[in-house]
Amino acid sequence: MSDLTAEPSSTGVEPLREVLIVCRAFGLAGDRKWPPNVNPQGYQQGGSGGTRGRERVPWVTQTCPGLSGGAVGGVRRPASCVVVEWLVTIPPMTQRTLRGEAAIVGVADAASPTGELELTGRALEVAMIREALDDAGLTIADVDGLCVGGPSPAGLAEYLGIHPRFLDGTMVGGSSYEIHLEHAAAAIAAGLCEVVVSVYASTPRSDRKRPGSGRRPQMSGPNPMADWELPYGNALMGSYALSASRHMARYGTTPEQLAQIAVSTREWACMNPRARYRDPITVDDVLSSPMQASPLHLLDCCLVTDGAGAMVVTSAERARDLAKEPAYLLGAGTATDHQMISQMPDLATTPGTVSGPAAFAMAGVGPSDVDVLMGYDSFTITALLHLEDLGFCGKGEGGPFAMEGNLGPGGSLPMNTNGGGLSYTHPGQYGMFLLVEAVRQLRGECGDRQVADASIAVAHGSGGVLSVMATSVLGTEATL
Amino acid sequence: MTADQGAARRRFEPEVTEHTQPFWDATRDRRLVIQWCPGCNAPVWYPRETCPGCLGSEYEWRESTGSGTVDAVTVMHRPGSPGMAEMVPYTVAMIELAEGVRMMSNVVGCEPYEVAPGMAVRLTWETLSDGRNLPLFEPARP
Repeated sequence: MSDLTAEPSSTGVEPLREVLIVCRAFGLAGDRKWPPNVNPQGYQQGGSGGTRGRERVPWVTQTCPGLSGGAVGGVRRPASCVVVEWLVTIPPMTQRTLRGEAAIVGVADAASPTGELELTGRALEVAMIREALDDAGLTIADVDGLCVGGPSPAGLAEYLGIHPRFLDGTMVGGSSYEIHLEHAAAAIAAGLCEVVVSVYASTPRSDRKRPGSGRRPQMSGPNPMADWELPYGNALMGSYALSASRHMARYGTTPEQLAQIAVSTREWACMNPRARYRDPITVDDVLSSPMQASPLHLLDCCLVTDGAGAMVVTSAERARDLAKEPAYLLGAGTATDHQMISQMPDLATTPGTVSGPAAFAMAGVGPSDVDVLMGYDSFTITALLHLEDLGFCGKGEGGPFAMEGNLGPGGSLPMNTNGGGLSYTHPGQYGMFLLVEAVRQLRGECGDRQVADASIAVAHGSGGVLSVMATSVLGTEATL
Repeated sequence: MTADQGAARRRFEPEVTEHTQPFWDATRDRRLVIQWCPGCNAPVWYPRETCPGCLGSEYEWRESTGSGTVDAVTVMHRPGSPGMAEMVPYTVAMIELAEGVRMMSNVVGCEPYEVAPGMAVRLTWETLSDGRNLPLFEPARP
C-alpha cells in the first residue's frame, strides 16, 4: 500500500477498503490493460485523470459492498453503501502474470462414509503424496518443492527423504491450500523450483480413540481472542452465526434460504460413493435439526471427519508431457481483513470481495464463465457469502439465488459437486478437497456427478473465521 | 437474576497484561474505558500497544457512556467452553458502542431470543473471581 496514494473526493470517508480493492484488482491484473476486461463485482470504473507511473490512468469509481458503520481497529468506516471516487496513483505495472504459468497435474484425496480413515499423521500424508504423484506420472525424485501447513515442512521433507529447494508452511486455516497453489505457481514461474507437492492430512474423528488425544497445543504469542472473545463463551459456530445474523438483518436472508444450500449440496453428495452422508434431505430436515448457534442448525454445519489430500503442481511446459490433462492456474488471489470474528470490518462481507476479483482479473474471465464453483462450506452461511462476494449474484441476493435451485445438479452454477464440507468430508482445513474436485471436474473424471463440458472451475477457500480468503481460477488447455 | 449473580466463576477469565491493566483496573470501579489514539482522534478496540491506524504508541483511555446497539447476535445452544455448559442458551452479541467501537459481549437481563440486531442496550457488569468486572450489556429500558 505504501506505493499507492489515494485522495478522497468530496464524500469525505476513509478510503481504506476501497483503496485495498483497487490496489489488489489493479496490481494483480498483470498487464497494461486498465480497466481490466472483467468486472465481476459490479465495480464501476470510468472517467479519466490520475497517473500511474508516467502513464495517465482513469479515475476509479467503486461501489463498495455494504459496509456497516462503526470503527474496527480504530478506522472509521462509511455508514452505508456509498459510491466513492479516488484518484489512484499506481507505480509502473509489471508485465508479469501467473496466468497459465503452472498447472495442477496430479491429485489425490481420501475420505470415507464412516468418517474415519485407517492411516494417520505422516503415513497418511505420504500415502496421499504417492497417489498424487502416480496420478501425475511423476515420482518422489521429481519433487523439488514442498508445501505443508504448519511449522514442519522440513520435517516432512526429512521423512520423505527429499531435499526440496522450495518450502511453504503457510497455515491460515482452510484456505491454506489455495495459497499453496498460488505460491507454488509463483515459485515455479520465477524459476525457484519445478515440481511442487502440497499435502494435507487430518484425522480428528479417529483421533478421539487414540491415546493422548484431547490435549490441544498451547497457543503462543499474543492471543487477543482469549481477552476479548473467550470470556463471553463464543466458539467457532458462534462466529459464523454472528455473520449470518448480520446478513439476515441487513438483507432479509432467511433460515430456509440457508437450509437450501445444505439441501443442494446433499444432492451432489448422493452421487459421491465416498461421501459421509448420502441420503437426500429437505429444507424442513435442516430447520428441524437441533439448533447449535442461532440461526445455524446442525445441518447448517460441516462434518467432523478424517480426510486427506495432495496435489502436484508443475510448469505449464512440463505439464503437457504428463499423464493427465493439466488443470492450468488461470488466476489467483488472496486477501484477509481480520483474524477473530469481533474484528471483522463488516460481518456480512468477506475479503473474498478482494481475492475473487483479483483472481478473475488475472484469469481474464468472470463469474458467468465458471462451470463449477468449489466454494468452502464450513457452514451454509460461508458458501452463501462466497456467492455474493465473488460476484455470482448481487450482494444480498445469495439467499434467493440458492432458493432458485441454482447450486444443485442441473442448476446454473454447480457448487460443491463432491458433496462439500457439509456432506462429503471436513477434517478441519478443507481447502485441499476444493482443488482436488475442481481438477477432476476439468478432467471429466467425476462419473455420475460430472458437470458436462466443464472447462473453468473456481476453488475458493476460507480460512479462520471468514478471515483469509484465497481464490484459484482453474481451466483446461482450451481456456489458455 | 442480576448479572452479578450470574456464573462469574464458570467463565473463562482473561489474564491481565501490562497493557490491559488500565482497562481491567477501571472495571473494578465499573467504568468501561476505551483506548484512544490522539493522533488519529479515533478509538482503538481491542486495546493494544500500537494504534492500527498510524502504528503510533501514544494513547489515552477515555470512558465509554456504555450505551450501544446490537449489531449481530447468536443464541448459543452449545457451550463455547466447558465452563459455560450450565449457562446455555446464552447470547453472544456484537455491540456497537456510541463511541464508534464494536465489541463482543453477552446481552443479559432478558430472554435470549428477545435480543435482535438494532436493539438498544446499556452497560452492566458481572464480577469475576478476583474483583475485576466483565462488561456485559442489557436492554436499554427507559
